[in-house]
Amino acid sequence: MAVLVDRNTRVMTQGFTGAQGTFHASQGIAYGSTYVGGTTPGKGGTMHPELNLPVFDTVAECVEKTQANASVIYVPAPFAADAILEAIDAEVPLVICITEGIPVLDMVRVKRALSGSKSVLVGPNCPGVITPEQCKIGIMPGHIHRAGSVGIVSRSGTLTYEAVAQTTAAGLGQSTCVGIGGDPVKGLDFIDVLEMFLKDEATKSIIMIGEIGGEAEVIGAEYLRRENFGPGKPNKPVVGFIAGATAPPGRRMGHAGAVISGGKDTAAAKMEAMASAGIHVADSPAALGSTMVRALKG
Amino acid sequence: MNIHEYQAKELLRQRGVAVLEGHVAWTPEEAEAAARKLPGPIYVVKSQIHAGGRGAGRFADDPNGKGGVRLAKSPEEAKAAAAAMIGHTLVTKQTGPGGKLVSRVYVEAGCDIKRELYLGLLVDRSTSRVVIMASTEGGMEIEEVAASHPEKILKVHVDPASGISGFHARKLAFGLGLTGKQVASFTKFVTSLYGAFLELDCAIVEINPLVVTGAGEIVALDAKVSFDDNALFRHKDLEGLRDDSEMDPKELDATRHELNYVALDGEIGCMVNGAGLAMATMDIIKLYGSSPANFLDVGGTANAARVTEAFRIITSDANVKAILVNIFGGIAKCDMIASGIVEASKNLSLSVPLVVRLEGTNVELGKKILAESGLAIIPADNLADAAQKVVAAVKKGA
Repeated sequence: MAVLVDRNTRVMTQGFTGAQGTFHASQGIAYGSTYVGGTTPGKGGTMHPELNLPVFDTVAECVEKTQANASVIYVPAPFAADAILEAIDAEVPLVICITEGIPVLDMVRVKRALSGSKSVLVGPNCPGVITPEQCKIGIMPGHIHRAGSVGIVSRSGTLTYEAVAQTTAAGLGQSTCVGIGGDPVKGLDFIDVLEMFLKDEATKSIIMIGEIGGEAEVIGAEYLRRENFGPGKPNKPVVGFIAGATAPPGRRMGHAGAVISGGKDTAAAKMEAMASAGIHVADSPAALGSTMVRALKG
Repeated sequence: MNIHEYQAKELLRQRGVAVLEGHVAWTPEEAEAAARKLPGPIYVVKSQIHAGGRGAGRFADDPNGKGGVRLAKSPEEAKAAAAAMIGHTLVTKQTGPGGKLVSRVYVEAGCDIKRELYLGLLVDRSTSRVVIMASTEGGMEIEEVAASHPEKILKVHVDPASGISGFHARKLAFGLGLTGKQVASFTKFVTSLYGAFLELDCAIVEINPLVVTGAGEIVALDAKVSFDDNALFRHKDLEGLRDDSEMDPKELDATRHELNYVALDGEIGCMVNGAGLAMATMDIIKLYGSSPANFLDVGGTANAARVTEAFRIITSDANVKAILVNIFGGIAKCDMIASGIVEASKNLSLSVPLVVRLEGTNVELGKKILAESGLAIIPADNLADAAQKVVAAVKKGA
């Protein structure tokens, strides 16, 4: 088992014939995932010149002809919300949007369209989702992953890689890694992915990596306090880290959502909420793997 | 992107939001002429800077004088007030000790204030909707009200599918204790303001204070508008409102090269790919006993030219005593970064220790390029090693 993606995932790409779509689809195929085709409006009916997979004008047509059950989006930011809405309309079960820089009010509309729909969105502004040795969707370097037991959920792409490298080095490997992205309005949040990890048999422990801004980490920590820790609960060990302890208030640190605005959304406040919920908080981003090894020893 | 009060008010006025009549002035003479166009007998002269707290702020060269917002009883007094502001540095709670140079003032009609309220709009990340916040505590910063009297903040969330409706406005109006014709005036105000927020792709709109006049009208006394940078591509007309003089010169330089850079006051310059890793790199530097000079995310599509620009901006900061390059290649390829480092080192003749940690895509190729370059680079094996080495390099140099 795994969460979100596995051997049976059939991936299509929106923005298929562009440089990003082409490169990352080829990487995903080389990793052993099943990529079935994609869309570039106006190029329908042709074959992708490098990947030898069919190109369609619309997502609905691509799904009908290829039985794709996941769509990854590399469409440029001005058109990305439209691409997500098209995937929702075509009832693609899993939509993963890599694109960075989507206007936040576009995402407000997308979020509204998601409610009551048949789709789940990961991202935007995220590295994607990978279940090692089964399916890679997104821009993460595949070779650092190993099939294993740690579920990783993170707002940051490169910090996810850090957690992956450290858990691979520790011999633990990963069940599934989910990059939820650095935008303030997004699809899945910590609580949603944590719920999946608690139910997933392959996931024996969890690393959650947050950052300054918002309260999603605190909500996630509260969820774990209720649903993970305690008698009769899964009690999966959880390691947490929050980036931005040295970030000054009011300054946006790269990610659209990484800004301290209230006082409760600082790294210190989030780490405290995590620790009080029973999460092992790593004091250094270099200590994610070692903290997990300690946590597993109990 | 932030804009000045007078620019914000003009944009809001065009969209049906009630604001007072006023004119911008770049010289004391213009300020006097601006006042003559207003009905009088009271004029308000307001320093235009991208920071709040102007009224309580003081000018650096006259710390015991009056603040950055002054009342005038004649056009001549307006001219004198403008002369005391234009070309002078205003220090407020929000500007930091360095203050901000006032280059222009806004001369506005006076107003008969009965009550001062607060109204603010932003995207609420917990509900993924636009939230309209109102409070009876006009003039206070909303963060302070949230901390001391959270019950005094009224909120309504607007469903993007159905949009703003009369009940949203009424809920806030009655909550604020408005009565009679004030309610209708408030409803028009808040509905127009919500429309402006959407149309202009705002990140934040704050009307603080929002005033109830003696005649029962609702008017914006101040206006703070900031735009969603990600949406500026569809608002080319707003580009003209940008005031580069309000930005840190290094940050402005970085923006022009598509680098995410935030200036800090530490001693270790950082160049990292990815916002999360860039923050974490700052954190680990602190953990090992030093402090970061900047946040810098070179981005996923970093090439040699961008890396060179990044180095140039980092080294233009005189406080930088060592540089840490921390790359975990995903889209960014280590060999590209390595070539950039070599090129930049040659062009800029770096004089401070340089610690480089490379990991991820094409790491072996990248390490080889650095090793063969003959440059005095301190290589690091992992994040902790890199942080230790760069902090040690700074301590050794001190």
